[in-house]
Amino acid sequence: MAEEKKDLSPDAKARLKAEYDREGRKELRKAVPLKDRMKAGRIKMPERPPDVRNRDFGEVNRGLDPEAAMAEARRCWDCANPQCVTGCPVGIDIPSFVKLIEQGKFLEAAWKLKETNSLPAICGRVCPQETQCEDLCNVKKATGTAVAIGNLERFAADFERGSGSVAIPPLPPATGRKAAVIGAGPAGLTVAGDLAKLGHAVTIFEALHIAGGVLVYGIPEFRLPKSILKAEVEYLKKLGVEIRTSYVVGKTATIEDLRADGFEVFFIGSGAGLPNFMRIPGENLVGVYSANEYLTRVNLMKAYDFPNYDTPVFPSKRAAIVGGGNVAMDSVRTAKRLGAERAMIVYRRSRQELPARIEEVHHAEEEGIEFHFLTTPIRYIGDEYGHVRAMECLKMGLGEPDASGRRKPVPIEGSEFTTEVDMVVVAIGQSPNPLIPQTTPGLAMGKWGNIDADWKTMRTSLEGVYAGGDIIRGGATVILAMGDGRVAAAEMDAYLRSRPRP
Amino acid sequence: MAKVLDRRRLVPNLHLIEVEAPDVARKCRPGQFVILMPDEKGERIPLSISDWDPARGSVTSVFLTVGTSTHKLARLAAGDEIPVFVGPLGKPSEIASYGTVLLAGGCFGIGAIYPLARALKQAGNRVLTVIDVKASYLLYWEDRFRATSDRVYIASRDVALESKEYVPAKIGKILDEGTKVDRVIAIGCTYLMYSCAMATKPRGIKTIVSLNPIMVDGTGMCGACRCTAGGRTKFACVDGPDFDGHEIDWDELFKRRKSYFDDEIRSLCHWERAEFP
Repeated sequence: MAEEKKDLSPDAKARLKAEYDREGRKELRKAVPLKDRMKAGRIKMPERPPDVRNRDFGEVNRGLDPEAAMAEARRCWDCANPQCVTGCPVGIDIPSFVKLIEQGKFLEAAWKLKETNSLPAICGRVCPQETQCEDLCNVKKATGTAVAIGNLERFAADFERGSGSVAIPPLPPATGRKAAVIGAGPAGLTVAGDLAKLGHAVTIFEALHIAGGVLVYGIPEFRLPKSILKAEVEYLKKLGVEIRTSYVVGKTATIEDLRADGFEVFFIGSGAGLPNFMRIPGENLVGVYSANEYLTRVNLMKAYDFPNYDTPVFPSKRAAIVGGGNVAMDSVRTAKRLGAERAMIVYRRSRQELPARIEEVHHAEEEGIEFHFLTTPIRYIGDEYGHVRAMECLKMGLGEPDASGRRKPVPIEGSEFTTEVDMVVVAIGQSPNPLIPQTTPGLAMGKWGNIDADWKTMRTSLEGVYAGGDIIRGGATVILAMGDGRVAAAEMDAYLRSRPRP
Repeated sequence: MAKVLDRRRLVPNLHLIEVEAPDVARKCRPGQFVILMPDEKGERIPLSISDWDPARGSVTSVFLTVGTSTHKLARLAAGDEIPVFVGPLGKPSEIASYGTVLLAGGCFGIGAIYPLARALKQAGNRVLTVIDVKASYLLYWEDRFRATSDRVYIASRDVALESKEYVPAKIGKILDEGTKVDRVIAIGCTYLMYSCAMATKPRGIKTIVSLNPIMVDGTGMCGACRCTAGGRTKFACVDGPDFDGHEIDWDELFKRRKSYFDDEIRSLCHWERAEFP
């Protein structure tokens, strides 16, 4: 399921062309014959062994070393009409940063990335590259395997962080205009970074006690080490962004209150709250978690280190995770790491329809995760203490494609079976957080409780109020949220400049 | 970080904590709660708000020492800082002119019903307050209720207080005497709220309870606090904490509250071994 291709603006095309024609680029293209570039196979990301890593929370991928990164970068032809860029929600100049890596100019590659992407170390790890930039890569079309753009992005960003010389771009004079960003997730962090670089005074209001949103409570340490997020947040602070944690907009203050405090423009990136459940019997039994709760306990509250940390989590031996997305993969691999003998994915469609990143599915399989496809739970059965002890499931067949283009699962009559479990994690998506919609009169809402924003400008129905990420999309990806943030920041800047100072 | 302005033992095992939180204090309404963390390694726990002072910029809660978090809180002193104090969360209680409102509070709930007594009295209600204490030495804030209620009753199992009954029996007696009550609001442990709801159900008096399930984020994100009200799953942190006590699936709530019973004991033992070697 490839993401939609974006048409590049004439400006962006001109910039790409200018870089393409830049001195040195042409020579570099000629330095290695095309057939040599084509012959080289994709360099495999070094990983920690599955039977070691599935017992701890250390990162799975170890990252490329400089030689490997340069060799991988050499695979890119630097084509005249790069398609990869059109698949990137934030429009990174991919050929330029890859070619800088090929020349060993790693810091410059990182800066090139940061021109368009404020969180490259994170995107390099969690973006679904195989359905975005890498899916459109011309090298893939010719040889079958794309340039590992994600791995290279990660390499450049990690190199910069490791070098200790993280660049703070020159900041323009302060405009003195106040912008409020609600939610310190990927969308909010992007908006804050962009607006700060334009000289505005940005405050992020975050409900939880640590900034990062889904990057801190959702995505586990083994996929995105918290130290990386911390470095990104520190970088924003150096740009002058103020972050107020434990501040719930909609409760501690409303948008109107903040307006009265002098904030002129707002970005709502409050994300997906309200986990979805299937409304089947037994879902409120003890031991049935939403993925949000399970992952929050482990990642944000560090329940894996209980009782050194006070928050507990069930140490499951037979865990069933319902769903097939990245959140389900994160949950099932977490359960394995917390000691589950059987950690199972229960997914109602087949392998082809799994929405998770391919790399996560591979990693999960290597780590001993069981996949039960074409299966759906219909009832959870509890013991005398109200704790889940079994789940009744139904086998599914695949019917005609539905609205999402995927074949619709249809129950097979009489295929019920029961399997013993001691924990269930329901990872079937979430609905937008209701707190701000509930407390912001006049804010137009969509059908699913999402904020109704124009997906081209991120404008909402209220003047000076913009929104992006899961609060408008209902459950998407980190990079789409960041893409929204990027667009919103430009619009918010234009809005501020179009208005006289109050 | 939020600064602790006061932490006092009110009666054995029940403490008051007053925290500097001007933004929270400005927004507090009766029936809301805060989420706090006693230290960096602590759990996020919800506490009902018992009082607030916008001028002083402070919010006050009363809590019972039960597990690790509340034991940690009970050892704080004025000037200490806690990493998380966020709120006011949950929907405020509905305050209107109902006629006669009977408030029932026990344990930390005595503190939690105080803002309701004050607001309901101001809204023109006749306020009857029933305070439940096991024994006379557990009684606190009686003076506050005398100042805001039309009548104050004590339900106790202590001869010194000339009472030998639990709240529901007291409520029954008040109703049997012919007092017309339009609404009952009960706050305290799950059992107290359940008992009050059961006492009023046959009489058809609307009874509001302030549910206290386990929470993590408290802003509608995690779903830990789900409970069943009127046959539908609700999230206590954003749909509540107030619910109609006659519609709650109490059996489920009791069980879900005990989800981590063993872990809570393990955690407390772990903390005690470290604190009192």
